Amino acid sequence: MNTISNYIKSLFLIELMKGLILTGRYFFKRKITVQYPEEKTPMSPRFRGLHAQRRYANGEERCIACKLCEAVCPALAITIELEEREDGSRRTTRYDIDLTKCIYCGFCEESCPVDAIVETRHFEYYGDVREDLYMTKEKLLAHGDKFEKQIAADRAADAKYR
Amino acid sequence: MLEAIQSALSFLPDGLVTLLIILLKIFALLLPLLGAVAYLTLAERKVIGYIQIRIGPNRVGPRGLLQPIADAVKLMFKETILPTNANLFLFILGPILTIGPAMAAWAVVPFDDGLVIADIDASLLYILAMTSLGVYGVIIAGWASNSKYAFLGAMRSAAQIVSYEIAMGFALVGVLLAAGSLDLGEIVNAQQGSVIQWFMWPLLPLFLIYFISGLAETNRAPFDVAEGESEIVAGFHVEYSAMTFSVFFLAEYANIILISLLTATMFLGGWLSPFEGILPESMLTGGGLGLLLGSGIHWLLLKTAFFMFLFLWIRATYPRYRYDQIMRLGWKVFIPITIVWLMVVAAMVVGNVGPWFD
Amino acid sequence: MEQTIFYIFSTILVLSAGAVITVRNPVFAALFLVLAFFTSAAIWILLEAEFLALTLVLVYVGAVMVLFLFVVMMLDINLTVLREGFARYLPVGLLVAVIMVAQLVYIVGPARFGLDKFPAPPPRDADYSNTREIGLVLYTEYLLAFELAAVILVVAIIAAIALTLRKRIKTNFMKPEEQVLVKSKDRVRLVKMATEKQDD
Repeated sequence: MNTISNYIKSLFLIELMKGLILTGRYFFKRKITVQYPEEKTPMSPRFRGLHAQRRYANGEERCIACKLCEAVCPALAITIELEEREDGSRRTTRYDIDLTKCIYCGFCEESCPVDAIVETRHFEYYGDVREDLYMTKEKLLAHGDKFEKQIAADRAADAKYR
Repeated sequence: MLEAIQSALSFLPDGLVTLLIILLKIFALLLPLLGAVAYLTLAERKVIGYIQIRIGPNRVGPRGLLQPIADAVKLMFKETILPTNANLFLFILGPILTIGPAMAAWAVVPFDDGLVIADIDASLLYILAMTSLGVYGVIIAGWASNSKYAFLGAMRSAAQIVSYEIAMGFALVGVLLAAGSLDLGEIVNAQQGSVIQWFMWPLLPLFLIYFISGLAETNRAPFDVAEGESEIVAGFHVEYSAMTFSVFFLAEYANIILISLLTATMFLGGWLSPFEGILPESMLTGGGLGLLLGSGIHWLLLKTAFFMFLFLWIRATYPRYRYDQIMRLGWKVFIPITIVWLMVVAAMVVGNVGPWFD
Repeated sequence: MEQTIFYIFSTILVLSAGAVITVRNPVFAALFLVLAFFTSAAIWILLEAEFLALTLVLVYVGAVMVLFLFVVMMLDINLTVLREGFARYLPVGLLVAVIMVAQLVYIVGPARFGLDKFPAPPPRDADYSNTREIGLVLYTEYLLAFELAAVILVVAIIAAIALTLRKRIKTNFMKPEEQVLVKSKDRVRLVKMATEKQDD
């Protein structure tokens, strides 16, 4: 009996029909495509996009050149050089992130004791030449200045989980 | 309309006029065919997208309708790369040998009663012969590319196409037994009467086997081991680019349409209306509604469209067959079933079993 | 008109048949053989034997030659080894060739196959189906020969299978017909268990 029903099942393609019906049902389902430039998916405050360097409210840069981020960076994308400034504080003379190496793991942000280097929600950037993707200290600070409001809001939203 | 053209060209010698009219007929068939091929690619992407709850291409033109044109322009302006160690003559010959038979087979396809380019006696055999030639393009392309993947694809495809041709041929033998003719037009006319008369019912196993073998013959999913994009990257056409590449696809899609159309012609009554024998005769003839409900080319196109959709639907549903399973299915399942059913059909024809053969 | 077509096709046929045995590359030789079959099919169509012509294309071009090509492409033929001893075998080869030509001339020559013995077939009207005629002749007059051919082919198939079929031990061969029969309840057993006591 079982053999007969198996034969009937395979000869009349019952199981194949079941598969077709299943996919056929999906044909009429509501489509879930997000049409990207016009529509965007919601984004977490923890999103790890383009890097930025932050400043204190008085305009002083936060980075103290502790080199923790350089040490932790798994892709060796960060290069830091430092010197003592006239007022005796320890500051970077060079802070470069090579975005072609960066894997956006966010370790630099995690390791930073003063919340200087952060990753922003900004991800729609591009480079025509390699240099465009080589972030110098000036570029990073400029990004920080530009997105400071959002960066601060995101840190505040995430603060209670840290 | 043909007479009008004939009289307009009467200043030319007789032979030339005949030649021009034949060429005109070929163009009248091939241009819509190539258009259908182009839009079948769009339909494929749309249908598979919809089944995967995506929306498919929608950027070029309204709802993506100009996408095939954009693709064609892109492919035409790309560079044709000729591999250094390839056999150049055969490398170019491959795509030509693929598209040639795929287009030539259309010569004998009847679209309506008498609407056919070449009305030959053994049109069914002609189509079988032409479709069997398509394998040369694949096998030559695979060998001439001088690439392992291409060669593997060609070998797989050659074995597969030759095996499934047998099952396909046997299925067609059933059709010609039932119709008593090798002429496609007469095969359709033999199905006249009502939906019950369609060969789909007495030849149900052959119908299924013909369609499935058609999938295998055109190297479509789930029998696309020749292409196997996830294992042998693209099979026999890895080394092809630009127009040489697109010619393979033109041929593949033309073959899909051909198989769909032949299935509709031989098993679903071709241009015959499904309302025959249900609605009164007066509603099927005459103008207006009669044109729509009566037999005509629109029914054939509708049935063909259904099978074309089935091709895409099946591609979106099933995973690829393993190679030994393909061979097993062809030789150990399809061929025995067709032979058994051939005997059944022969017995039905001899015994005048109604409602089909009385 | 018909004569021109005939001469064009027969030129192609003779040239490609010559090329089959003269070209160095075996794949090209096989492809020339395909061309030869195809052109002879075209000549048969000129003789109004469209059923035979299409069958020739279908069987020889569409199936047999594909398998030929299949094999030839997989072979790694070393031509220099093959051409060794050409001079040594030449006399024997020539002798065989001469005898074969003489036999062919004797049989196919004008004495037996002349135009007076076999006049051109009379042109038939359009609805004459030579498929039906072949069927009638094949299953009545030549039934014995036909059946004998069928038996020989079956014997050949069985012999080919018997020669190549051998039991392979220790392969992971899977039988799809057994695989498809497997149901989840044959392999998976859902067990209901009481919650185990946790020890600290």
